[in-house]
Amino acid sequence: MTTHFTEDHEWIKVDGEEGVIGITVHAAEQLGDVVFVELPEVGKTVEKGDELAVVESVKAASDIFAPVSGEVIAVNSALEAEPAKVNEAPEGEGWFVKLKVKDASELADLMDEAGYKAHIA
Amino acid sequence: MAMNSQGRPSRPVHGVDPGAYPDTFSGSRGLDQAEPLLFERGELNNTGVDLPELKGTPSRLGTFERDANMGMPGLSEPEAMRHYVRLSRKNYAIDLGLYPLGSCTMKHNPRLNEKMARLPGFIDVHPLQPESTVQGALEVMGELAHWLITLTNTKAVALSPKAGAHGELCGMLAIRAALDAKGQTHRRRVLVPESAHGTNPATAAQCGFICDEIPADDTGRVDLAALEAKLGDDVAGIMLTNPNTCGLFERDIIKIADLIHKSGGYFYCDGANFNAIMGRVRPGDLGIDAMHINLHKTFSTPHGGGGPGAGPTVFSEALAPFAPVPYVIQEGETWRLVEQEADAEGEPFGRMVAFHGQMGMFTRALTYMLSHGSDGLRQAAEDAVLNANYILARLKSVMTPAFDGTCMHEALFDDRFLKDTGVTTLDFAKAMIDEGYHPMTMYFPLVVHGAMLIEPTETESKSGLDRFCDTLIGLAEAAKGGDKDRFLAAPIHAPTKRLDETRAARTPVLRWTPEAAE
Repeated sequence: MTTHFTEDHEWIKVDGEEGVIGITVHAAEQLGDVVFVELPEVGKTVEKGDELAVVESVKAASDIFAPVSGEVIAVNSALEAEPAKVNEAPEGEGWFVKLKVKDASELADLMDEAGYKAHIA
Repeated sequence: MAMNSQGRPSRPVHGVDPGAYPDTFSGSRGLDQAEPLLFERGELNNTGVDLPELKGTPSRLGTFERDANMGMPGLSEPEAMRHYVRLSRKNYAIDLGLYPLGSCTMKHNPRLNEKMARLPGFIDVHPLQPESTVQGALEVMGELAHWLITLTNTKAVALSPKAGAHGELCGMLAIRAALDAKGQTHRRRVLVPESAHGTNPATAAQCGFICDEIPADDTGRVDLAALEAKLGDDVAGIMLTNPNTCGLFERDIIKIADLIHKSGGYFYCDGANFNAIMGRVRPGDLGIDAMHINLHKTFSTPHGGGGPGAGPTVFSEALAPFAPVPYVIQEGETWRLVEQEADAEGEPFGRMVAFHGQMGMFTRALTYMLSHGSDGLRQAAEDAVLNANYILARLKSVMTPAFDGTCMHEALFDDRFLKDTGVTTLDFAKAMIDEGYHPMTMYFPLVVHGAMLIEPTETESKSGLDRFCDTLIGLAEAAKGGDKDRFLAAPIHAPTKRLDETRAARTPVLRWTPEAAE
């Protein structure tokens, strides 16, 4: 299982064909307290870079973009009642969407952890 | 401790424990009076208005007759009045002090405006009165339209939109009508800069357009190369604010207008910041096709709870035929309101409101224009820009300006000066409340980290600006000096202490319920 990062502060953990997506610790810190999360419907297909979800904090509303193309196979609906999970564990329980990855080669465009750390430094 | 000349402390001792003083029996603290909700103050079973019971008049409501208590508090006139006056004393207002809220231009509303708006010929008219009985009111509208068209060098104006965003909607509907008239229904993409007011993309989407974001360059302005790359046969137009939300003039605006027009699109300008350039720049000369003007910002009519907004929208020659009804015309000595689309000269896209707009705001705005004159309006804009630059110049050594160089009517700072102090933009703003100032705009525009946007307007004198700057310098130095507690607990001198914004957003309680029912 490997984790990849985007320039827009999403992460995707890929295990076989499936990828779990969320926002990074850095993004959660920058947003401040998350108060609302809007998730896509299961079964929706997205292209890389499409809007996947919306996250709203006390400071701002931001789009979450699909790091790769694929089909939504699960969403973390617990976030709708408890958006605080995004702040508590952004790279764990605060995940947003599980995607069936369409083309694994798209992952090559993303950063690894060291690359992302350099990106936000 | 700060002392006055008699040796008494001149301000509350910082960090004093309010519990050190005994609680009052009433819950009030002197003139800071405790105020419950109207529902808590009024007895639900009582009435504040004592009317005799009706005798001998049979009810004709039948089964619709009320059989339970309505649950409205019974209050007398002084009780209801005192409630609102007490609340208003806890509030901050432009009539109380400097209001640095950038991007929302809170400037002085001259009392002459109010006097004129209250003349019986304006305040007591009804929209359905015969035209012959409201000639004066129609003349005010005609005269205001003339001023707005002249100040912007455009062809037509719709006075009816009732606020800035409504004016945007009016402008974008005209663009859509113009495209449809040319059969260009494939043009549905609208370019919106990253720093735009949130209402811009919302308006475009409301009109059925798709938004495409243009990034800002390092100077806080539209990235021209990125704009060119986004142009194409499907572009309906651009929505651009000038001066933009970073308080900067878009220097390439004429080039932007040319590029948009050459690609077949229209140029919508968000005129929210027109107060910085009125009398100096005519938007029509810059190639703008439509722009709304916030009378409540630029022309000093009250807003922010003080009165309704008004967002008249001006149109270039290309869009004028599609402007909505109604509009005012003069035939000889007589003023007329063109109400029907069939009576209009062009092809109006429809109408924005049932009647003709905010008459009270028209009167106030025209009063402001006539009392200033065109030279006075120009000076108001110049003074607004001068004041913002004075603040920028005085604060730039202790706070961190977001961009190099001078600004227009708003001075924009980021939070680099608070790095490693443990104090955030929010804490800094809350500490300003303790100092007796309303905070500036925070965290907007989003393109600037921890943004603090200050707009002093032309209202303030140099000494007023100096007092404000001295306070901010004091706060910035306190933050850097490690006096974190002053900020994290703030506000401690306000009627209401730090509010839990997160909890309010996560679990909003929007409806009062009586205690018994809980």
